[in-house]
Amino acid sequence: MIIHHPILGPRDAQEFVYLGDATLIDRPDGMTAGVEAFHDYLYNRDNPAGEHRELWYHEQGDRSWLVVTRNTVTHEITKVELARDVARARGRTK
Amino acid sequence: MASLQAMTALGAHGAAVVEIGPLRISERLDVALASVAARRGRMADLAKTAKAAGIPLPEPARHQSGEPYSTFWVAPEMWFVEAPYSSHELIADLLKTALGDAASVTEQTDAWVVFDLAAPNLSPVLERLCNVDFQVVAEGYATRTVMEHLGVYLIKRGPGSARIYGPRSSAESLLHALETAAAAAF
Repeated sequence: MIIHHPILGPRDAQEFVYLGDATLIDRPDGMTAGVEAFHDYLYNRDNPAGEHRELWYHEQGDRSWLVVTRNTVTHEITKVELARDVARARGRTK
Repeated sequence: MASLQAMTALGAHGAAVVEIGPLRISERLDVALASVAARRGRMADLAKTAKAAGIPLPEPARHQSGEPYSTFWVAPEMWFVEAPYSSHELIADLLKTALGDAASVTEQTDAWVVFDLAAPNLSPVLERLCNVDFQVVAEGYATRTVMEHLGVYLIKRGPGSARIYGPRSSAESLLHALETAAAAAF
């Protein structure tokens, strides 16, 4: 499988480490959001047959986190973004 | 008073040189190395101070030579800077002074083992070791990649010239992998 890194171009998937669902970026505020929201964030994941946004880490490369949009049925990758850009677009400062 | 003698990554007192067919693997002990990363939101300041200090900051996946500082890109807004060890043993301090508070600098010299490879054509040996298409990439290409399960930096200096930075504690394993691939290739 080839992942088209936004900075470095096509890279073999063996250079990457897979973390999981990209909703991990949206951690609720544990002090205000309530225990249900945090429980949901921590334990519950969708398992779609189809398009899935997921976090990949370019460990044997430039050490960037990526948000990869991948079809779990066909393994086709339709979009690759820097997780940093995704988080900033959602109003995160770090 | 203790009398201390520095040892190389391979546990010797001099640089290793191995010749296999047309390939020459030379360990380099004369390279000082440090990382430079822009602090958050300070890239413009770093670019300014680096330019004034004569430290190149090349594009992604590139190596740029300079005197005395040569640099290769390792991550967004982060580079590794090389310099001659004899004149820049304290490279991290020198860079910190030159770049000010716009950059975070870490000493890297003794974290790595450095091998220079030279042969008329290095592709046959490197294509056995890693998934970089050495034949195709341009001169000055620099990337992190995997050789024999070890994360290394590979810099293409020419069709028959490359530098490899490998983890120092695995120096013997990396050299062995290079020798094995060379024996198969040549």
